[in-house]
Amino acid sequence: MKQEMVDRIKNDPDFLQLTRERSKFAWTLTIVMLVIYFGFVLVIAFDPSILGTPLSAGSVTTVGIPVGVGVILSAFILTGIYVRRANTEFDELTAKIKAKAKGE
Amino acid sequence: MKTLLLVLLTSFAAFAGEALTGEVEKQALNMSAIIMFLIFVGATLGITYWAAKRTKTAKDFYTAGGGITGFQNGMAIAGDYMSAASFLGISALVYAKGYDGLIYSIGFLVGWPIILFMVAEQLRNLGKYTFADVASYRLRQTPIRTLAAFGSILTVVLYLIAQMVGAGKLIQLLFGLDYEIAVILVGVLMILYVTFGGMLATTWVQIIKAFLLLSGATFMAIAVMAHYDFNFETLFATAVQMKETTSIMAPGGLVSDPVSAISLGIALMFGTAGLPHILMRFFTVSDAKEARKSVFYATGFIGYFYILTFIIGFGAIVMVFQNPQYLDLAKQAVDGGSPILGGDNMAAIHLSHAVGGDFFLGFISAVAFATILAVVSGLTLAGASAISHDLYASVIRKGKADGMMEMKVSKVSTVILGIVAIYLGIAFEDQNIAFMVGLAFAIAASANFPILFLSMYWSKLTTRGALLGGSLGLLTAAVLVVLGPTVWVDVLKNAEAIFPYKYPALFSVSAAFIGIWFFSITDKSDNAAKEKEAYEAQFIRSQTGIGAEGAVEH
Repeated sequence: MKQEMVDRIKNDPDFLQLTRERSKFAWTLTIVMLVIYFGFVLVIAFDPSILGTPLSAGSVTTVGIPVGVGVILSAFILTGIYVRRANTEFDELTAKIKAKAKGE
Repeated sequence: MKTLLLVLLTSFAAFAGEALTGEVEKQALNMSAIIMFLIFVGATLGITYWAAKRTKTAKDFYTAGGGITGFQNGMAIAGDYMSAASFLGISALVYAKGYDGLIYSIGFLVGWPIILFMVAEQLRNLGKYTFADVASYRLRQTPIRTLAAFGSILTVVLYLIAQMVGAGKLIQLLFGLDYEIAVILVGVLMILYVTFGGMLATTWVQIIKAFLLLSGATFMAIAVMAHYDFNFETLFATAVQMKETTSIMAPGGLVSDPVSAISLGIALMFGTAGLPHILMRFFTVSDAKEARKSVFYATGFIGYFYILTFIIGFGAIVMVFQNPQYLDLAKQAVDGGSPILGGDNMAAIHLSHAVGGDFFLGFISAVAFATILAVVSGLTLAGASAISHDLYASVIRKGKADGMMEMKVSKVSTVILGIVAIYLGIAFEDQNIAFMVGLAFAIAASANFPILFLSMYWSKLTTRGALLGGSLGLLTAAVLVVLGPTVWVDVLKNAEAIFPYKYPALFSVSAAFIGIWFFSITDKSDNAAKEKEAYEAQFIRSQTGIGAEGAVEH
């Protein structure tokens, strides 16, 4: 890439918006995933009996089952949320930036 | 039984996903399984023939021409992850320990969203064939490529040994073939797939196997649930009754102290994002959009698969445990309890017989074998690329190698890696290899990942920082694994470990990041200044894909 093009793109408001928003979005989702997973791990390390509590009086199924399956589902849902926004909004912005970079 | 359980309970458990260890006994020849496996081999060799005709350039060979769709790639990634050992190992862990099995499978899954948010599309936009392309993008080629290639080859070889030994043992169990024959068979087929069909064949073998494995596991889970009117409470209640303990419904003692828990989490999370055979898959899709979709589908398939293995593990408790048909009477006479034939790793296999008879048992056995083949093929291709693309083309020929010659080198490397894998597979038959996948993950997390991540996001990274910090991470990981319980006590038979934790990642990953940071900011050379300047252009390409490698039309 030529320096001239680098300078043009790096000052393009669309590019600034893209990188700012995507980075905020990606970090937010990353932190959500880390909090969910390490929260789960720390409960296991410090007080595993929480997950061993029966769901309702007399049931064999414990709180841990829906929580565990919930962590699995959360991973899938978070990737879905990211892909949905990235493949529409972020890709449209990227297309605009590319068109400008090529056109001028 | 005791040794197997011991292995299961120690380090193996954490990476149950990947290593089958412990003693196994050769079983009687299983004809229906062998016939179904031969059908699979025939079909995949057909695919290899088809792929070979389409694999003409280096780009075809390394990335299947870059024309794989997001859905296909997601399936292939999931296939790389759902190894035979993962299927049998995690269901065995659920069968033996209940809830703890679920905890481990979750650890293997949660790295995926992080890969998507942080590296997937940037990787696609910056790289060509290997992750070293990205790591060395604006740094000095020779040192960074050498380190990255070394990290890749080490990860691949450790992983390969674990898979080969697992393959030999599994095939002894499932098919009644000799260990050596099984290992040689796996090695030869893998060489054929990779040298002739390259990434295209490797990907399709992986997709087909992932489909078969998911279908088989789905059938098993549904068959189990149908017995209990699709009511989980009834299934769990019966399992608790069988085991005569409610401990299987809660976390047990596998993750006890917070340091180990966090360290294991870091190894699994960042290790996944540093596995060369996984990272390589992001270059097989056409653009960033497809790269993202791949991770979305892969996460879905892998998560679904882990939920199935959980049900299968419980299914095995209610239908296999204490079922006289699967009881190992000889072992019971010595050790007591209710050991099953072939050990806990056979829980899912016996369950397939319990729900679907001989035919389905044959199907699941064949799928398990196919799984090993597909996984070792992907690994070998990644190792061969590190040799040909990073070492040969970039380091030795300084980027002036022609594509045909580079492809030839990678085919030769594939053959050599295949032979090495066969040799090591046989050499390590009776060794305790439980630590190997753990070590592979630790190295991937401590050397490959930090360099890759910082090269994308930190403008002040310099060659010196990456080289010294990355090496520091690699050495710390290797030394701490050797001094830790898995090697110092389990392999070298010392009484007490010098380093108390089984998982070094918390320490080695920190060492890598701190080392890279320190040696970069203190680097005042002219070269370092140039590298920092080049970040802007790299950042623009990584964010927008301008200048990225495109797909080729076939």
